[in-house]
Amino acid sequence: MFDGLQDFADWLIYSVFGIGADTHLGTALNFFVFDTLKILILLFFIVFIMGIVNAYFPIERLKDYLNKKKLYGLEYFFASVFGAITPFCSCSSVPLFIGFVQGGIPLGVTFAFLITSPLVNEVAVAMFLGMFGVKATLIYALSGILLGSVGGWLLGKMNLEPLLSDWVKEILENKMQQAAYQDEKRSFRDRLPEITRGAWDIVKGVLLYVIIGIAIGAAMHGYVPENFFNQYLGGGQWWTVPLAVLVAVPMYANAAGIVPIIQVFVAKGVPLGTAIAFMMATVGLSIPEATLLKKVMSLKLIAIFFGVVTLCIILSGYLFNLIL
Amino acid sequence: MSKTIKILGTGCPKCQSLTGVVKDVVSENNIDATIEKVEDIMEIMRYNVMTTPALVIDDVITIKGRVPSKEEVLALLN
Repeated sequence: MFDGLQDFADWLIYSVFGIGADTHLGTALNFFVFDTLKILILLFFIVFIMGIVNAYFPIERLKDYLNKKKLYGLEYFFASVFGAITPFCSCSSVPLFIGFVQGGIPLGVTFAFLITSPLVNEVAVAMFLGMFGVKATLIYALSGILLGSVGGWLLGKMNLEPLLSDWVKEILENKMQQAAYQDEKRSFRDRLPEITRGAWDIVKGVLLYVIIGIAIGAAMHGYVPENFFNQYLGGGQWWTVPLAVLVAVPMYANAAGIVPIIQVFVAKGVPLGTAIAFMMATVGLSIPEATLLKKVMSLKLIAIFFGVVTLCIILSGYLFNLIL
Repeated sequence: MSKTIKILGTGCPKCQSLTGVVKDVVSENNIDATIEKVEDIMEIMRYNVMTTPALVIDDVITIKGRVPSKEEVLALLN
């Protein structure tokens, strides 16, 4: 599918710029051009498809589904899947959280949604698909969903409701007055231009991060020696997974920027499981998210939430390194 | 009759572009309306929206979770 792109990159670097294919600079630039174009195309298509899915399954409908159907324990899994298909915006996480608990959805199920939503998002999936291929992407998405389900279930068992902020507890006790909602009744044709525009906006928004991430990745590819990280991170020492995760939790890197760099780590000898765990901790948990959540929950609850998710990520990192 | 337009959003980039679109439409078409930005999360939650930004015209939520085109906003205001 991307053969044409590779030809274009070869032609541009080796013929137009005249930089030899046997030089470090040549391979690095070629890699940069090919990957940037490939990622941007993939990103556009995936965001576009997600836009269509979301037009038909708005979050309100998903919430009603969770609320009305008897799911016999599978509600954690469903909430996690819905979190994966809903586009994530950190500024929406608080309204989503309130909307869920207000709608009578148990706290644990809400957490399942909240964990997976940033973890498995369209940008991360597109980047993974471009840099690691289909198999690794499926593993990443499925494990993200599983992690959300397990994490949500664990948090649900802990009876954490008393640790919510006072005003959230008030909402839970007495239903607040709610405004009427007009359901959108527009045809697919009407929505198409807007979905396309939305996809462009997202691609434009992450363009800079993609370019910077791939540029750093390309530079490392050309200059870092093969198996370089093996000596430090790849040797399978037990502490590498927790270290990678703990370093990543406070970091707030855009998925678009971080994946190309992780890809180089893997190419140079870091195990895929450690890399996936690092990635999950970077996009799934961050200081800005904690600041936002402080409006709806106590510090203690945020600490428990982050602690449980961090633990789950570390465990899944070990698991991947065992099975992959 | 003057319309009351409220823009619900906690200050994310999308909320700002929605505010821009609405302001443009109102001034370009000389619509009699007051625009109010609602940034307080507790106030926003009274409207039962789960995705921001949201556009509220005369206390009815018309748009949520996305930035509409100028034409769409104009149609909603007429």
